[in-house]
Amino acid sequence: MTTVITVPPSLDEQSVEQVFEQLAPLPADARILVDARHARWASPYGLTALLTLAQTRTTRPAFAGPEAEDTASYWARTGFYRHAEALYDLHGTVPRGRAGAGESSVLLEITPVVRSEDVHEVVDRIQQRAHQILVKELNLDPQSTMRFAMTLSEACQNIVEHAGCGGWVAVQTYKWQKRLGRRVCVIAVCDAGVGFRRSLETAHGRPRGDRWDDATALEEAVIRGVSRFRDPGRGQGLAGVRRFIGKWDGKLSIRSGTARIAIVPGWDEDVPLVEDLPAFPGAQMQITIPERLTAR
Amino acid sequence: MNHQHIDVGVALRRSVCHLYSDLVTRPTGAAVRREIEQQLALAGDRTLTVIDFSQVGLLDFSCADEVVAKLLLRYCAGVADAPPHEGYFLFRGVREVHFDAIEAVLERHGLALVVESEPGAVHLMGVVEPGEREVWSRLERAGRRSVAQLAAELQRDAAAVEPLLQGLCRRRLAVPLDDGYVAVGPSLLTGRLQ
Repeated sequence: MTTVITVPPSLDEQSVEQVFEQLAPLPADARILVDARHARWASPYGLTALLTLAQTRTTRPAFAGPEAEDTASYWARTGFYRHAEALYDLHGTVPRGRAGAGESSVLLEITPVVRSEDVHEVVDRIQQRAHQILVKELNLDPQSTMRFAMTLSEACQNIVEHAGCGGWVAVQTYKWQKRLGRRVCVIAVCDAGVGFRRSLETAHGRPRGDRWDDATALEEAVIRGVSRFRDPGRGQGLAGVRRFIGKWDGKLSIRSGTARIAIVPGWDEDVPLVEDLPAFPGAQMQITIPERLTAR
Repeated sequence: MNHQHIDVGVALRRSVCHLYSDLVTRPTGAAVRREIEQQLALAGDRTLTVIDFSQVGLLDFSCADEVVAKLLLRYCAGVADAPPHEGYFLFRGVREVHFDAIEAVLERHGLALVVESEPGAVHLMGVVEPGEREVWSRLERAGRRSVAQLAAELQRDAAAVEPLLQGLCRRRLAVPLDDGYVAVGPSLLTGRLQ
């Protein structure tokens, strides 16, 4: 029997939980069809999460893509289908992406991150286009380009150093009309690896408190900079990401296991910590940098 | 004192990939540090090495920790158990795009270093107490000074200045030379010490 996992019309960091919720009760070898036929929009987080989802399955899942031509074309342009072909049995026509379609702008198409060489490639590619987007469109300081690339580098390195398997990164800009009324640049970094809790559990001599779960592990790593390595120089990557988003009034959220932690700016109404989410392997990170308002 | 110049961009291309100019990822940083340490191993017992970042594009936190912090930790007396030799460092070509990462790792480890941002213009970066900074700045402007000379110029008690100078020497920010002290900086390279 095949279980249909329905993808919501708008797939983002919040609504992807509906997908995980349908998936959570199923064993890893259950046959599933991920049904995105009625999807109209997806954030980079949503798209990388769908690829990550496929990596968690031991039986090759099936996938039905968006029926709306412009949506399917955009998903193709993000590189989604190129990677999905290797992970899913694709149903229906696989669309071809076309440059310049839609309002969104793909700053970095979905890219696999497995080795540190992949991080070099990501950083190299992002710098070629980031200046135009961050400075000209989001009104950020010219220095933000390098800091943005540093942030991306550190976020991707979490996969290489901790996940135990490959993951995905994607960067897009789009106008976040409903929530913010401004353009945003969004980095999504997702993997289906060991997650924060199991990664920290490998730390030699790590003291165990009364409470130890996914939420505690996220707090240790993101807020207190704890790493599984003994080296005191470790744990600076996420601290650097926090500094960057703090400077640009951005948002950081990281989901791992059954919890999600967020550094929430004033313009967002998210909660800092969510627990008891449907279990999902690995770590999924989103960094959102809003357009800076300038005096006219 | 011996002098040495290490181009970090060249070390990056030699040790990792000839196409790279960005210092990102911890394995890359570790490889570059090993390359630098190999060159340092060839130096004499007392050496001032210019670590030149001019050809480095991006520097992330992981690489700054490997290339800058671990290098200083190994050579700073009082921090490392046994430095391979008496090594001093002048960081050249460090630009604003590198500041975030370098400052973060220096703060993390309680380290400091001397940066030459423009020819002849040097400053301290990292964790430095106000007293240390005052002594170092005076020493950098004035050239070689004894404890008594420096104390007189700063209008302070020699007994208060001497431990600050010794602390700067332990942290490799100043050098005991003949009967005085010299701030690590370009004057040590040119030999123009008063």
